[in-house]
Amino acid sequence: MSVTNEEYRPLIVAFCCNWCSYAGADLAGNNRLAYPADVKIIRVPCSCRVNPAFILRAFQRGADGVIICGCHPGDCHYTSGNYYTRRRMALLFSMLDYLGIEKERTRVEWVSAAEGAKFAATMNDFCKTVAALGENKRLEDLRCKK
Amino acid sequence: MTNTKRMKEDILRMSGVNPRKCMKCGKCSGTCPNYDEMEYHPHQFVSMVEEGRLEPLLASKSLYTCLSCMACIERCPRGVEPAKLIEAVRLLKERQKDGNHLTANDIPARIDDDMPQQAIVTAFRKYTK
Amino acid sequence: MQRIGVFVCHCGTNIAGTVNVEAVSDALRKEPGVVFSTNYQYMCSQAGQDIIKNAIAEYKLTGIVVCSCSPRMHEATFRKTAASAGINPYMVEIANIREQCSWVHKDTLTGTEKAIILGRAAIAKVNLNAPLTPGQTPVTKRALVIGGGIAGIQTALDIADAGFPVDIVEKKPTIGGKMAQLDKTFPTLDCAACILTPKMVDVAQNEKIRIFSYSEVTEVHGFVGNFDVTIKKKARYVREDICTGCGACTEKCPQKKIPNEFNLGMDTRRAIYIPFAQAVPKVATIDPDHCNMLKNGKCGVCSKVCTAGAIDYNAKDEFLTEKYGAIVVATGFNPIPMDKFDEFAYSQSKDVITSLEFERLMNAAGPTGGKLLRPSDGEHPHTLVFVQCVGSRCEACAEKGKEYCSKICCMYTAKHAMLTRDKYPDTEVYVFYIDVRTPGKNFDEFYRRAVEEYGVHYIKGMVGKVSPEGNKLKVQASDLIENRQIHIDADLVVLAAAIEPDKSARPLATMLTASMDTNDFFTEAHPKLRPVESPTAGVFLSGACQGPKDIPETVAQAGAAASKVIGLLCKDQLTGNPCVAHPDEMMCSGCSNCEKVCPYGAITYVDKEFRMPDRTTKVRRVAQVNEAVCQGCGCCTVACMSGAMDLKGFKNEQIFAEVDAICR
Repeated sequence: MSVTNEEYRPLIVAFCCNWCSYAGADLAGNNRLAYPADVKIIRVPCSCRVNPAFILRAFQRGADGVIICGCHPGDCHYTSGNYYTRRRMALLFSMLDYLGIEKERTRVEWVSAAEGAKFAATMNDFCKTVAALGENKRLEDLRCKK
Repeated sequence: MTNTKRMKEDILRMSGVNPRKCMKCGKCSGTCPNYDEMEYHPHQFVSMVEEGRLEPLLASKSLYTCLSCMACIERCPRGVEPAKLIEAVRLLKERQKDGNHLTANDIPARIDDDMPQQAIVTAFRKYTK
Repeated sequence: MQRIGVFVCHCGTNIAGTVNVEAVSDALRKEPGVVFSTNYQYMCSQAGQDIIKNAIAEYKLTGIVVCSCSPRMHEATFRKTAASAGINPYMVEIANIREQCSWVHKDTLTGTEKAIILGRAAIAKVNLNAPLTPGQTPVTKRALVIGGGIAGIQTALDIADAGFPVDIVEKKPTIGGKMAQLDKTFPTLDCAACILTPKMVDVAQNEKIRIFSYSEVTEVHGFVGNFDVTIKKKARYVREDICTGCGACTEKCPQKKIPNEFNLGMDTRRAIYIPFAQAVPKVATIDPDHCNMLKNGKCGVCSKVCTAGAIDYNAKDEFLTEKYGAIVVATGFNPIPMDKFDEFAYSQSKDVITSLEFERLMNAAGPTGGKLLRPSDGEHPHTLVFVQCVGSRCEACAEKGKEYCSKICCMYTAKHAMLTRDKYPDTEVYVFYIDVRTPGKNFDEFYRRAVEEYGVHYIKGMVGKVSPEGNKLKVQASDLIENRQIHIDADLVVLAAAIEPDKSARPLATMLTASMDTNDFFTEAHPKLRPVESPTAGVFLSGACQGPKDIPETVAQAGAAASKVIGLLCKDQLTGNPCVAHPDEMMCSGCSNCEKVCPYGAITYVDKEFRMPDRTTKVRRVAQVNEAVCQGCGCCTVACMSGAMDLKGFKNEQIFAEVDAICR
């Protein structure tokens, strides 16, 4: 399949922390700020709940991009969770890059509950970036393929 | 697309100004040092361009009485930048015209001893193609 | 295997407009575990909830998936419904197909497709849900109010009235806040001091209320019902319990030329001072930056004149830690600094003042004794120009202003103009406005009175430039209605400065883990339905720290915050969040990684005896979670190397199932 084919839509998994980013996504909805339907949000209590294994699993099952959204540094509902996220993901993303999953396919963003516009803008930008890269085949487990 | 619509788009593209940001406070006109010399004032430029009433603006001397001092840009609370808009209307007008308004030979007759060098250069920029 | 019921909500046309709800409920019927699937117009309505209850009974459902609005909206509603029909409330999952689907996607095809996927993920999760029972924690029946302005005072009085002890922490030497500095209050023109000072006295005399003035909150730990707060009592070098507030020291202190903050630097005070006559507590404070005795040990006049012997030059900052069940933030506002607005010549001329400075000039207890005199030469001004929206309603990226409307300026400017014309009919008063915003009870009538009865000149336009020339201020402005530029030789220019949250709010928000918006106003848990609660449980908002507010609104919000606090403190036990961490002891290796990352210290290690397969026993070190302290962030689950730690309600296998369902 060609990358520029209009039919191609990336599959993007977004992990959003319950307190800031999930509320930010809700605000984007309240304000009717559109972003592609390729983004599927999974609610987690805090961005630090996101186990690197979840991200590997998503890529294994055919996700083209994974984004983790949390509260701004210093604003974590649980005081320090997003600091752990930042460090863990820095490590994980560089390992994924080494494995051939481009750095552009993974991202950590800070979106507060008041930043509906930022949420929509981030998702638009991320979808565009991932769509430009095309399908992710690196970690995909072919046994999972339909 | 009508002619006016195209002209408006040209002006907005050239100036990079979004007149919809204007909240009609009038601070640009309050701050304008050459207000009394202008038929149309900075705030009117903004609203007239937004409404597409370009003919009176293009016909007006106000295009040339704007000093381009940029005071309105500096003080606009909404960042509308009226002077850039006026400059764009001026450019549109200049580009529409066929001939130069000034030739080098006209200059000696018009020159004034007190006129600063800058003004002569500016006049050339404004009145020639 | 679960028996799952799927309920798809139309939400009128909010969801059904972009999502084919029929197709969603049909598609989800085929998912594993689903025994019943339907759709209805308003699932949250009584009739909708009855559909759920009946289906639970009829199909013996064990799990519920509601495809509707955000779980932040109605998760609690549907959990209650499930509980009333006899199944565990934590067997309910919400698929957010409104805020995160129908409202953001325009196309029916992709919208429906995404709604099905979101529903599928929720079903996959419910398949692995387990019934949960929340724990109970006791509530400390004492409240903390941070900030002692009118918002803090009213909140404290209302809470104390219900019989709960309250502490007020105020960073200034006295409570009273901005309202104590005001002269009259709109729209009734009653004197601010006359209505505020009795309340301040009530606070001082109330047995339930303790005032920590000249103090700051430095640390906050704990959670709703059980906060541990460290309060720093700054050294005031005067013993509060002994000082009688006679003021003898403040008359004798040789350091005279210190700008008086209470009068916004328009007059001076001594190094030992009482901010104003009605201060509460009425106790002197020594300003350590200016006191000779504290700086170089040479003076001691105040301790000589103090007959009570209250002066203590050796005082140190004290720290005390108190327990609270609820915290109310009432940190208030400040006018923004005017030094970036060169065009109004604020820093060039003393006769260009802010509205708060004008309040002090008009106040009988102010620097001029209530006479309107020019700060530069003490002359009576004849022409006054008021400029509205200075720094308000600016572009979002503007460096010097604020994007929002400061809300109170239109009304106080009308008040100032009216009072000036009332006291000094020989003056001409001009008000430059962009819009006059008067949406309040009796507000527009008030503004019209300023124009019609008092002859204030309201001019639609903005002042572009103020330039001092001689003893006049040349004001150049536009009159948009007459389409002309006008020039006024003014004696006094008053700027209605935008207001911003107090600078102490940002660090406080970090301590409280309460969220703020981009302007540093505290955000509320829900902008319409929970306006006085912060998203952080147990933290409440009162007054202008949440957004610009006038006095009636502040008092109303203060009362609302108090009633929320009372509602919380009335409970003996708080039902906790059952979604807490839970270690599998058989897998735990005792490495202590989870203990190190836990922000609450909820994890401890114990030595526990385990029976081995050969019937011997072995003692192993394993993690143990204090469920009352755990807040359920899940950080430990990721830190756990052996995968022993898991989070109830968000189990690893549940999130894997969701990922799989989405990526299928």
